[in-house]
Amino acid sequence: MSTLHAPSHTAAGTSLLERLHGWAITVDHKRLGIMYVVAALLFFVVGGLEAAAMRLQLIKPMNDFLTPQGFNQMFTMHGTTMVFLVGMPMLAGFGNFLVPLMIGARDMAFPRLNAFGFWLFLLGGLLLYFSWIGGDGLYGAGGAPDVGWFAYSPLTSKTFSRGNSTDYWILGIMVSGFGSLSAAINFVTTILCMRCPGMTLMRMPLMVWMMLVVGFLVLVALPVLTAAQVMLLLDRSLGAHFFDPQQAGSALLWQHLFWFFGHPEVYILILPGFGFVSEIVPVFSRKVIFGYTLMVAATVGIGFISLGVWAHHMFVVGLPPWLNALFAASTFLISVPTGIKIFNWIATMWGGRIRFDTPMLYCTGFLGMFVIGGLTGIMLAAVPFTTQLSDSYFVVGHFHYVLFGGLVFAILGAVTYWFPKATGRMMDEGLGRWSFWLILLGFNLVFLPMHFSGMLGMPRRIYTYQPDRGWEMWNLVTTAGVPVQMLGVAVFVWNMIRSSLKGPVAGDDPWDAWTLEWATSSPPPEHNFDRIPTCTSARPLWDRKHPDDPDCHYE
Amino acid sequence: MALLVAVLAVLPCHAAEPVICTTAGTELPVVPPHMFEPAGPVSDEVQSMAWLLGGICLGIFVVVEGLLVYSIVKFRRREGDRGEPVQLFGSNPIELAWTVVPTLIVFTLALVTIRVIRDIDRTTPPEGAMCVTAIGHQWWWEYRYPHPTDPTGEVVVANEMHVPVGVPIWVRLESADVIHSWWVPALAGKTDLMPNQTNRLWFRADTPGIYLGQCAEYCGNQHAGMLLRVVAQPEAEYRAWLAGQAAPAVDDRSVSAGRSIFESLACSTCHAVKGVSDGAFAPDLTHLMSRTTIASGMAELDRDTLRSWIDDPQVLKPGCNMPSLKLSPAELDAVTDYLLTLK
Repeated sequence: MSTLHAPSHTAAGTSLLERLHGWAITVDHKRLGIMYVVAALLFFVVGGLEAAAMRLQLIKPMNDFLTPQGFNQMFTMHGTTMVFLVGMPMLAGFGNFLVPLMIGARDMAFPRLNAFGFWLFLLGGLLLYFSWIGGDGLYGAGGAPDVGWFAYSPLTSKTFSRGNSTDYWILGIMVSGFGSLSAAINFVTTILCMRCPGMTLMRMPLMVWMMLVVGFLVLVALPVLTAAQVMLLLDRSLGAHFFDPQQAGSALLWQHLFWFFGHPEVYILILPGFGFVSEIVPVFSRKVIFGYTLMVAATVGIGFISLGVWAHHMFVVGLPPWLNALFAASTFLISVPTGIKIFNWIATMWGGRIRFDTPMLYCTGFLGMFVIGGLTGIMLAAVPFTTQLSDSYFVVGHFHYVLFGGLVFAILGAVTYWFPKATGRMMDEGLGRWSFWLILLGFNLVFLPMHFSGMLGMPRRIYTYQPDRGWEMWNLVTTAGVPVQMLGVAVFVWNMIRSSLKGPVAGDDPWDAWTLEWATSSPPPEHNFDRIPTCTSARPLWDRKHPDDPDCHYE
Repeated sequence: MALLVAVLAVLPCHAAEPVICTTAGTELPVVPPHMFEPAGPVSDEVQSMAWLLGGICLGIFVVVEGLLVYSIVKFRRREGDRGEPVQLFGSNPIELAWTVVPTLIVFTLALVTIRVIRDIDRTTPPEGAMCVTAIGHQWWWEYRYPHPTDPTGEVVVANEMHVPVGVPIWVRLESADVIHSWWVPALAGKTDLMPNQTNRLWFRADTPGIYLGQCAEYCGNQHAGMLLRVVAQPEAEYRAWLAGQAAPAVDDRSVSAGRSIFESLACSTCHAVKGVSDGAFAPDLTHLMSRTTIASGMAELDRDTLRSWIDDPQVLKPGCNMPSLKLSPAELDAVTDYLLTLK
């Protein structure tokens, strides 16, 4: 990353301070994208360490490595960090770096808003973590928030959550949420208005389609969370009673508002992951994506249906049976477009000549693991089954197969795939393989046993458990997987650092790919393209490389 | 799913040796807190559904992962491959097939789901049901039974719920503070206890036993220390138990020293002992010694645990709402002796 040269008109000097200053004042979408990804990786490491602390506590029954409150703070900070400070900025980062390059634009539509969004996200993240220091408020009750990333009322009311920790949670997430909103506005505008000549909507790379749908989803869902947080802030600070059952407020209202944001959020996180896979699988299979049109339709379909499934997080709160049945049906329905994507990716590999370089390894891992998370998701849509397993470790296993086995694998693949474009250097293939196999093994050791402990009745978010319940073995295996996984992540990070300094020079198009970002130099100049490219099909570079058989003949 | 099959293989080693526990003279097996040993119609139907779901998902799993593994092995690039493979942009019939077939599968699953919801999610009590109110507190359970003789009265007990075998139990769920969730897997799936809202749940225990479970909705510091214990016993024994709980507290003059400490210190502001105090923030102690556990199921109830609990509850249950009253050893002994008489 340090090899990304400062743009010539600001590169009067090259002292460290001047270079850092250059990063701080930049409005270049590529530099902002890289800063998003690096900041998200740092938070990923922090969130991972919080998870490791929890696993250490749960390694045996009645352990006392953490206090109950310490454990509760760990899972609150882990969840909040991973969703808001890792998932969201990681995707904003990749979107920022890639969208203008992929659609042949010179920058995002609103470069300064873009920088504003990044700094808001960082400020929000630091504000949340400042709660370790400032959360006590004036009367020694608090520290980091311990109300869960979902922050169900009335546990968040002044009565049950003293001190300022919950206020830090509200404000940190709200501030970084404004950053996400500005990024979403930027994505939608850029994608709709700044495509290069010839790039119709139906010629956009699927990654760009995903970011368009994600942009709309953020615009619809995130303001609802922000509004709920403002209401909660009013409850806590000014004596309002939106969520206070003692004063005729409604605890259920928070859940509706939170999950109206919270479920689209899952798709906000996973759709860009789908985008990465949709770009990487074709290139390494050497085949065009199978069923482009249906992929686009499935993406848009997921976008719409994801707005109508939120109450499947609330199957046990006492909703009327017909409402539960309705949300079960919509949840079953959303598995159809998701299934279509899986089948289309496999069909893309089918009949190809697949090169298993590290990015493709991660995408294959994604396919194998995400299917498991998807299937347990189908099981959890069945309300009566969920009355047994909601809020158990089965659910923890389920969504980590979606968000770690799915999203994180896709992100690691994407980092390896676009690293040469961002830095001009290749990541090391040997270290890449080591990291992949270690993470795959560690991941399954950690999260597969959670399905069993969950089915054996172990609830989530308990800081300890009784020795007579048959959960010891599964928890031991889960914890044993943690060091394996940490080692894998360490190898990956080491690979990034080492390769950015010493990796072999990549050249413009190391993977022999087909989308426009590979048509410019690595790293790209500040203005991206010396001459704005034109686009003749969904694979403009294929057309240039195969003038005898261009894709446009088949459109 | 593969998970379910694997668990089937593993379950017996957890479930094979039921612990025998003595409660009021009757030996009852302790039933572990999972859904695979259903003891009544509600959990039974959910379990059958789980196997169906698991079977279908396992089938899908095998097909999809099989296709994936096949293409990984079969279509990897080999030495001597030259040029690009055939570019296939899509196929309407194939894509239609993997849109329609999954739709049919999930449609079937949705119908099954709706049928089971209709069967078990009742909005009115089943015929002949006995009604009990369960109230969640940070971090213990309160149960209110209709009084056996006084039609307007209630019998209040804490943490250990007793029910007659074979009778449908209609549980009204309420919360005194934050959201909790009542989950005894062998009897029924969980339902949340929401403040300012009355939820409902029903189950029937067809075999006598001690059914374990615990709070399943995060409710603060001691969420992990809110264990559930349902004692299902033959109807006659249940009636005897209820009559015992409805009786006034034992009044033993030999422990009046402990009793006066209980009355004069903060104990009585939170704990009720019928005829002595009427605190409502903490478990009713009128018949404390009829229970087998303390601290909402976290430890066996005997003289030693009781005494160390009164000495400093924060040791066994850190973060709980009961403070240490810093009693002298003599006062501790006196209060412990008093409480031990509350049979």
